[in-house]
Amino acid sequence: MLSASATSGLRDPAALPRLVLTVLALALLWPGLQLSELNLAMLLDGDNAATMGSFVGAFWPPEHGDEFLALLGRATLETLAIATAGMALAWLIAVPCALLATRVLSVSALARGGRPAWWAGALRWPVRLLLIVLRSIPEIVWALLFVRAVGLGPTAGVLAIAITYGGMLGKVYAEICESVDPRPARALLAAGSPRLAAFAYGVLPNAAAEMLSYTVYRWECAIRASVVMGFVGAGGLGQQIDLSMRMFAGGEVASMLLTFFALVLLADQLSRLLRNRLT
Amino acid sequence: MKRTLNYLLLLAILLAVAASFVGLGLDFSGLTGAKGLAQMGDYAAGFFPADFSAAHLANIGRASLETLAMSALGTLLAALLGLLLALPAAGRVGEGAAALVRLLLNALRSIPELVWAALMVLAAGLGPNAGTLALALHTAGVLGRLFAEALENTPAEPAEAIRLAGGGRIAAFVYGTLPGVWPQLIAYILYRWENNIRMASVLGFVGAGGLGQMLYVSLSLFQQAQAATVILAMLLLVLAVDALSGWARQRWVSH
Repeated sequence: MLSASATSGLRDPAALPRLVLTVLALALLWPGLQLSELNLAMLLDGDNAATMGSFVGAFWPPEHGDEFLALLGRATLETLAIATAGMALAWLIAVPCALLATRVLSVSALARGGRPAWWAGALRWPVRLLLIVLRSIPEIVWALLFVRAVGLGPTAGVLAIAITYGGMLGKVYAEICESVDPRPARALLAAGSPRLAAFAYGVLPNAAAEMLSYTVYRWECAIRASVVMGFVGAGGLGQQIDLSMRMFAGGEVASMLLTFFALVLLADQLSRLLRNRLT
Repeated sequence: MKRTLNYLLLLAILLAVAASFVGLGLDFSGLTGAKGLAQMGDYAAGFFPADFSAAHLANIGRASLETLAMSALGTLLAALLGLLLALPAAGRVGEGAAALVRLLLNALRSIPELVWAALMVLAAGLGPNAGTLALALHTAGVLGRLFAEALENTPAEPAEAIRLAGGGRIAAFVYGTLPGVWPQLIAYILYRWENNIRMASVLGFVGAGGLGQMLYVSLSLFQQAQAATVILAMLLLVLAVDALSGWARQRWVSH
């Protein structure tokens, strides 16, 4: 684009600003090039290319021995179980946090047109902050920490998903509760009902479908995350992929990647089905 | 009827959760037993106080810059490769080529960044080079598809007018098609860059440079105090990117 606008510079009034922007971007990216040690030639370097060639060459045919398929099946089930158990724990974290963080159930807001008193806001802040910290650290960092704390295996993966997804679900649940019509809950609270009852009868009927569909969507994400987390030793399919890669077993890597695609496609379909059914 | 079906669904979900917990044989003794809890406490206490010494902070600053550089160059390479692949994928060269390139884009996109990084570490050695390439390959798949959709949806008349007036194919693309899709392409690229900054900070776990590699190394050496600072730096990076993109979106995208 640059060369085209430069050759016909007289006819293109936007050429100069574009040229300046491009030069500026290049000047900023130049140190980045040094920092990232980008070197495409490395891929074509004799030794590297030969190793990689033999590795990728072994992709076909994918490994399909009985023993290996049994291992693959176990790893796949483990991945699914990590995602499901992690989501269950995340839900247990998210629901109480969302109830504490949401402004809809504020009694002090009733008389103030939906805005809580400053002290009520201050009490909700720590919960919001906790949710932010829980979800802002990527799940794979939590997994790495838990692998050190509770040892290699699925427990670390389950805990990592529980914490990160607990933070995400909690935030989104609280926001969904605030986005639905607040009048039923306010009416219940004003009539003296306890907060939990006001939530169950005033907010939940309107918010349940959206909350459920978001939870199912997150479960789908958790499956993908649990595969990736295996790379730091948190069990499941990812750990097996990592092991096979280190042994340069191309056929095994190929079958596992295929299994991974199938799993993601299946989870996608299942979650679409469930969400259509629920909403 | 619908009611029974819903109850059955609920039952199935509960069964799946129960089966997961039993099947995994989760070992929470590390979290519940008194001894396990004390051990966890010891481990967690090692993270405090975080190491704020000047030398360590300088290292972290360099690793953060490395992470940013990896994400920026990875995204740039991906944008170039994505545009190159989007042209055939949008059906500009023929149906056969379109199907083939779409398959390639899907394959690039469906392998997660971390798996690409592990592969690239094997192919190109340890360090940020592998991370940049991994980001570029995955993001090229994502951007290629988005670009192709943008190209398909843009009106063809301006380019056709240039062609009819005797302009070349390149001139028709640059002056007829590109101005229409340019803002959308830039928006997609920036959105992916934002994602890639977050991703680049963890790619190092498989040896692909940046903050992640620093965290991995310091945890492996049981230097929890140093690791705590790296985690703080990651948290700051993620929050800063979130805040910046939220601000930029409000300022420029939604009016």
